[in-house]
Amino acid sequence: MATPLKRTPLPAILIANDLRIGDVVFWSQSGWTRDPAAALVAHDQPAADALDAAATAGMARQEVVDAYLIDVDVREGVPVPRHFRERFKTLGPSVHPELGKQAQFAAYARAAAE
Amino acid sequence: MYRYDEFDERFVRERVAQFRDQVNRRLSGALTEEEFRPLRLQNGLYLQLHAYMLRIAIPYGVLSSQQLCQLAVIADKYDRGYGHFTTRTNLQFNWPKLKDAPDILDLLADVQMHCIQTSGNDIRNVTADQFAGVAGDEIEDPRPVAELIRQWSSLHPEFSFLPRKFKIAVIASQADRAVMKSHDVGIRIVRNKAGESGYEIFAGGGLGRTPMVGKRVREFLPKGQLLAYLEALLRVYNLEGRRDNKFKARIKILVHEIGIDAFRDRVEAEFARADAFSDDENAELARISAQFEVRNYEKLSARSETFEAARKSDPAFAEWVAHSLFAHKVDGYAAVTISLKPVGGVPGDMTSDQMRFFADLTDRFSLGELRVTHAQNLVLPNVKQDDLHALWRELGKAGLATPNVGLVTDIISCPGLDYCALATARSIPIAQAISNRFADKARQDEIGPLQIKISGCINACGHHHVGHIGILGLEKRGQESYQITLGGDPTENMAIGELLGPGLAAGDVPAAIERIVGVYLDKRADGETFIETVKRLGVSEFKAAFLAGAQNEAA
Amino acid sequence: MKLLDRNGFRTDDFSRAGADGAARLDAVIVPFADLPSTAARAGKRLGVDIPNTVTVEQLAPHFEKLALIGIAFPASTDGRGFSLGRRLRRAGFKGLLRASGPLIPDQFPYALACGFDEIELPDASAARQPESQWLQALGAITLPYQRGYARPSSIFEQRRQARKEAAHG
Ligand code: SF4
Repeated sequence: MATPLKRTPLPAILIANDLRIGDVVFWSQSGWTRDPAAALVAHDQPAADALDAAATAGMARQEVVDAYLIDVDVREGVPVPRHFRERFKTLGPSVHPELGKQAQFAAYARAAAE
Repeated sequence: MYRYDEFDERFVRERVAQFRDQVNRRLSGALTEEEFRPLRLQNGLYLQLHAYMLRIAIPYGVLSSQQLCQLAVIADKYDRGYGHFTTRTNLQFNWPKLKDAPDILDLLADVQMHCIQTSGNDIRNVTADQFAGVAGDEIEDPRPVAELIRQWSSLHPEFSFLPRKFKIAVIASQADRAVMKSHDVGIRIVRNKAGESGYEIFAGGGLGRTPMVGKRVREFLPKGQLLAYLEALLRVYNLEGRRDNKFKARIKILVHEIGIDAFRDRVEAEFARADAFSDDENAELARISAQFEVRNYEKLSARSETFEAARKSDPAFAEWVAHSLFAHKVDGYAAVTISLKPVGGVPGDMTSDQMRFFADLTDRFSLGELRVTHAQNLVLPNVKQDDLHALWRELGKAGLATPNVGLVTDIISCPGLDYCALATARSIPIAQAISNRFADKARQDEIGPLQIKISGCINACGHHHVGHIGILGLEKRGQESYQITLGGDPTENMAIGELLGPGLAAGDVPAAIERIVGVYLDKRADGETFIETVKRLGVSEFKAAFLAGAQNEAA
Repeated sequence: MKLLDRNGFRTDDFSRAGADGAARLDAVIVPFADLPSTAARAGKRLGVDIPNTVTVEQLAPHFEKLALIGIAFPASTDGRGFSLGRRLRRAGFKGLLRASGPLIPDQFPYALACGFDEIELPDASAARQPESQWLQALGAITLPYQRGYARPSSIFEQRRQARKEAAHG
């Protein structure tokens, strides 16, 4: 299990999997969202601490599992993970472009592909 | 195939109810994720990158047409219309929801299937020779032994929390078609000098971070003592296997660290204290054998004129036949391997439409039974030679007649970073790129038998260590990077491949494979296969070409 | 810590040595290191706490004076205790066998089958997982496969009986 408290380079977003469904979710202004473009971006340490707190609380309430922060680049206003593993996680299987978030959130997929 | 009795039936139903309760306790918070994780894994439910993944047990690779149809139903209702056959001869669904998993298990139980111990640190789904029961070279059918082990290992009170996963394979011939020696325990049914059949036992094989070839612990174990022996062996492992480091927890490390002789002594000492159930085990094995249906094969002549005529008149059919048939023990029949490796496709994937279509062919042409192979292909074990041409024409309609079994485009690939949470790099796109590069069928034939196997991380689910050419995806400086090994062999002559050089970028892999193949085509002796040439020349002969090319590309 | 046996939560008759006045109590558990120097005393019951790495050979000389052996389960995923419990039973230990650690209800039937009588749970586990969940777990699988474990019956045993009856009928 990833620990939510490890120090992540900034800017960062909070990523997790929905406990019941398994789908990848992000912490946004209004709670968990499936849309990677809507993820709340922490630019400073207090904001990152708030994301950590949201991760701990979300797991304690059995809403999500495997919640952790990932560092991102903000491209065209959209947070895109720097590491390729996390980028795949926000997109879906590269061998099935018709499945996953890449199919559902076209604008995000375009930004991530740049 | 084995048909459940009332006890098996009740057991599986109760297991579904138990899992439903476990899921409810997780959702209510009674179980923490840490507590629930081993429970869901013991039932084949993973959390992968994009979703949960459910791994369905296909015990020793045997499926009925009815079961395949049910898998298609599940694929459509609870998944995205396709499944993936694995090197452990299981089937994975990539998109199920946790809340739906108990309902899926109910549907599986309706056709005598389950997900018991397809993951977790327990005794995993037992595998066997894909031609079990029909191979001419086997001493006896290994499936009843595999079924006995399946039952004995299910929800085992002592061995459900082992240091690490534990895989068992059973074969019954000298030829090893199940990579038996890469298992924690490998069992070969043999005959002793007196002509009695019994078990030759290997232990400590495995791939992963430290690949090892299984070593013999018992030359001959008489029939009737298998479960007592396995219990003794597992007890030694459970108590003494390392638990301080995940990568050193497999039995291969224990066997390696204390030595096979010391390991054997400990197992024998424990075995000497075991309860003797031997008459009983034989009676139970006989009961299980009787639960496998008796095949009423027709009396046919060894040579089918229909088949021979079709082979002469239809070159495309002849080409497919050349790679797809395996000799059946009964005259006039053949076991047929069906490639799940269309050129450029995803190795091992099958759509729900293909499943239904194939289930129908299974009924029409193979007495309702099919097999899954560790190479991610399917087998129709009981096809009349007279029917082969008709079968082939039907297969073609669903894109299932690719004539590449055993050739360079018949690539094993694990799911890799397209799905797997543990992956360090993608593997499927590499398989696709190589497959496309070698798409030309004439070239494939010129190259001949060549097994390429790809894993997306050091766990080696894609068996890369035993690929003639193995490919391992890693991360190097924030990029996907691929190591190439050469000279692996999955058969009874099991060998671990040797690393050729530094890792390559994804885009450079197909050209590197070309160069390796080029050396083979240059230097092969008459009639020599790829792996034979590699063994004769040694890996170093290939290294130079591999490295030279790599440098040219870098320059 | 909370104690649980096949009937549910119960009070613990034993206390650990070193606790105030423990030496005067009827039932005392000592650490493994103190076992050789601890003599059995008339009318008192003696127990020992052991890590799951202790061997049967180390314990067997003390079986006579021991009323309880408590095997530590450092984590629910560490299954060594199941095999150790089974070895102790097969070596003839007749006293109480206790599993000490954060087991979960689904492991309760396994522990009993391997020869344990009771589980000593950390308070946090007991608080999340009420008695009903532990007792229910015992009935989840009414007939398991394996023979030779401490259970009323098994599938292999039932089939054997059926064969016997068929042979005699
Ligand atoms: S080899 Fe690694 S990446 Fe591939 S399926 Fe196994 S764990 Fe996942």
